[in-house]
Amino acid sequence: MTTEKSEVWVTGIGLVSSLGEGLETHWEQLTCGKPPLASVNNTDQAPYPVHPIVDFDISAQIPKRSDQRQMGQWQHLGTYTAGLALADAGIAQDAELLAATNMIVAAGGGERDIEVDSAIMDELDASDNPGERLNASLMSELRPTLFLAQLSNLMAGNISIVHGVTDSSRTFMGEEMAGVSAIETAVAQIQKGQGELFLVGGAYIAERGDMTMLMALGNALWEGEHGPVWSREGSDGGMIMGSAGAFLVLESAEHAQARGIRPYARIKQVVSGRCNRQAGAARKSADELLEKVSAQLPQGQLPVLSGCCGIEPQLSEEHEFLDGLANLGIDPAIRGVTTILGNTMEAQFPVNVALASLSVSKGAFFDPFDDSGVEQEYGGNLDRILISSWGHWRGESLALIDTPDGPLRGTA
Amino acid sequence: MSQSLKDHLGRPVVVVTGIGVVTSLGEGKEDNWRNLTSGVSGVRRISRFPTAGLRTQIAGLIDWQGDGPYCSPLHSLALARKSASEAIAQSAIGTRGSFPGPLFLAVSPAETKWDQRMEIYRGADGAGRSGYERLIKNAAEGEYDHYYSLFQFGSIAEHLADEFGSKGQPISLTTACASGASSMQLGVEAIRRGDTDAALCIGTDGEICEEMVVRFTLLSALSTQNDDPPGASKPFSRSRDGFVMAEGSATLVLESYDAAKARGAKILGVVRGTGERADTFHRTRSKPDGSAIIETITRSMTDAGMSPDDIDCINAHGTSTPENDKMEYLALSEALGGELGNTPISSNKSMIGHTLSAAGAIESAISLLTINAGVIPPTINCIEQDPNILMDVVPNVKRDQEVNVVMSNSFGFGGQNVCLIFSAEPE
Repeated sequence: MTTEKSEVWVTGIGLVSSLGEGLETHWEQLTCGKPPLASVNNTDQAPYPVHPIVDFDISAQIPKRSDQRQMGQWQHLGTYTAGLALADAGIAQDAELLAATNMIVAAGGGERDIEVDSAIMDELDASDNPGERLNASLMSELRPTLFLAQLSNLMAGNISIVHGVTDSSRTFMGEEMAGVSAIETAVAQIQKGQGELFLVGGAYIAERGDMTMLMALGNALWEGEHGPVWSREGSDGGMIMGSAGAFLVLESAEHAQARGIRPYARIKQVVSGRCNRQAGAARKSADELLEKVSAQLPQGQLPVLSGCCGIEPQLSEEHEFLDGLANLGIDPAIRGVTTILGNTMEAQFPVNVALASLSVSKGAFFDPFDDSGVEQEYGGNLDRILISSWGHWRGESLALIDTPDGPLRGTA
Repeated sequence: MSQSLKDHLGRPVVVVTGIGVVTSLGEGKEDNWRNLTSGVSGVRRISRFPTAGLRTQIAGLIDWQGDGPYCSPLHSLALARKSASEAIAQSAIGTRGSFPGPLFLAVSPAETKWDQRMEIYRGADGAGRSGYERLIKNAAEGEYDHYYSLFQFGSIAEHLADEFGSKGQPISLTTACASGASSMQLGVEAIRRGDTDAALCIGTDGEICEEMVVRFTLLSALSTQNDDPPGASKPFSRSRDGFVMAEGSATLVLESYDAAKARGAKILGVVRGTGERADTFHRTRSKPDGSAIIETITRSMTDAGMSPDDIDCINAHGTSTPENDKMEYLALSEALGGELGNTPISSNKSMIGHTLSAAGAIESAISLLTINAGVIPPTINCIEQDPNILMDVVPNVKRDQEVNVVMSNSFGFGGQNVCLIFSAEPE
């Protein structure tokens, strides 16, 4: 095995969020000279605001109705977004390339049938024999397709069936860190020659009562008005969940060059760590990660995308960590992505890599996402972006997305 | 280092130095091996919850391992703890609470179950609210931090990482019924990359509850032979009618050969090759021509640098569903050709049942025990073999036979196919 590392290029991006569909839509709204207007639904999961997914034309990427019927909205979104990424990379419909495409999907589970669950809970509460009642209700109310729509690995399964991706297929779980590990693993595999072509990403739907319930158990949700994530510092904090699908085609530079596709950006480094989240532990974990990437960071202004979820105290700890970059002579221009898109959970890190790659390909950064004063203007050329993504419960990560040699996507 | 062993493609050789198993047949390698080679079944009637009204009322359940009412992620965690403790102790790697490598955990999605849903729903009266409105209100107002962390999908892996001190962010993964084999692949790949000298690969599944039984029932996947629980799982038999759900866990400590040798560890076997090919045909069925499974098997032999005549026996996926066993036979006949006639194949699931997310890890463990013992466990309940499945399925009685190389198959819903090849320690 060669010890020489291949470069990892981002050669395809599929992105659908509460802001819209496609890279250009996101670029326009995030560089319009004023804070972008977030799309917020205050009623669907009241009292918790959420960012709803935009309408997307399912049949444009999932043409067969028989396939559409086998999925819920979460799988629709992931399968749809994966299709956008494959098309963007020039892989869609190319049987030979699809058969050589490895897949790592970051997944939670599909949505439960809220109406069925609600009816069963009310019934069981009133029943003298809830055990037998539950069996009878489940046998009569559940549908076979619902199980398949809930299975975590069936997002990958549907991508194989609908789009024909058939090399390896792995599904990682574990909330935000599943997205980090998926991309970190694909990068490591490409760098060491364990595959040249990967489809990696995830999706999350915020408008679902089962996930609202899970997050409410830990009082992890923000109640009240939507506002900049940084404005929650010093309060009890809380997340506003966001809907998004983000898939990336990652490719070795040699493979991309051989088939003549230009990259948006290069993934220089992804590093992750963990701690028990005792006070100060996440900051320490992130500082250790920073030591692994600091050699790649220049002095002066540095654009940073942060996935800070809004829960305290990790919000304040992440902010302190980013301010601490000053110790390295770095002046971070921070963008709190969750202010605009919410916490998109398994999709969060893939979304951040997609946005960073877009920005690198444009050679320019996004305008500040809010007027909180935390987010500075960024002027001048851009050749690298630091991503800071922490899990809401566990896990910390950093990534560096930069500019490879040679012409980029969208340039002459 | 005095020696550096590479495989036929110049990659570090990956060996196994620790094995732990817990199934419905018992705790630990010894109990499991004794029962497996004696042809004992761990399948029985379900006692954890009422089964009235369910078409399937049997499973390879492991009694709940904790205090208080059954709670699925805690049970999966308890099973994983047992198998990991056994494997790490055998391997004698690292120091207590500090495993020198990453954790790859094959695990069922940690969804909230009905027990917890109703506990929260009933936690306070609804003040006129019903359904999810009441559930969410109670969730927010009650003291449920323990459930919040427990039902995160990364929860079990995080708890295991805390306890065993694995390094870095643990990876929780699912590829349905191939998950355990996928955890092995990830460990092998990390060591071959040179990212680590050791990896902790665990599969665990303790999730049997009412809704899981109903979900698989609705897919017509389960045996309904409730009258004879030990006889219900009958892979490759003419009258097989579905799989039997089961619980269990296995852990394998993987190491590079060089690192294991350097610390004087006993080598239990070698992971020679892995193969994978996703299927595009259907969410619960293989392509009728078996091509994805065939390629999975051939790729594992290519990766191992082996040909069909190198395979001494096969640890089947062998679920006992009409579809799986037929397709597995078809694929093996193509991939191994005439050599299949000389290759015994047995299904551990005839005794253990199908441990879903854990199965690939458990069957990896048993494949290595097979090599070490020179004994092939039987496929029990083989009274009348399917006349269309012309394989030597080691019916009913174990076989003493020298075994150097075992192939282990794992297939899952969603077109997931993984094949692993193990061998004895290199001479």
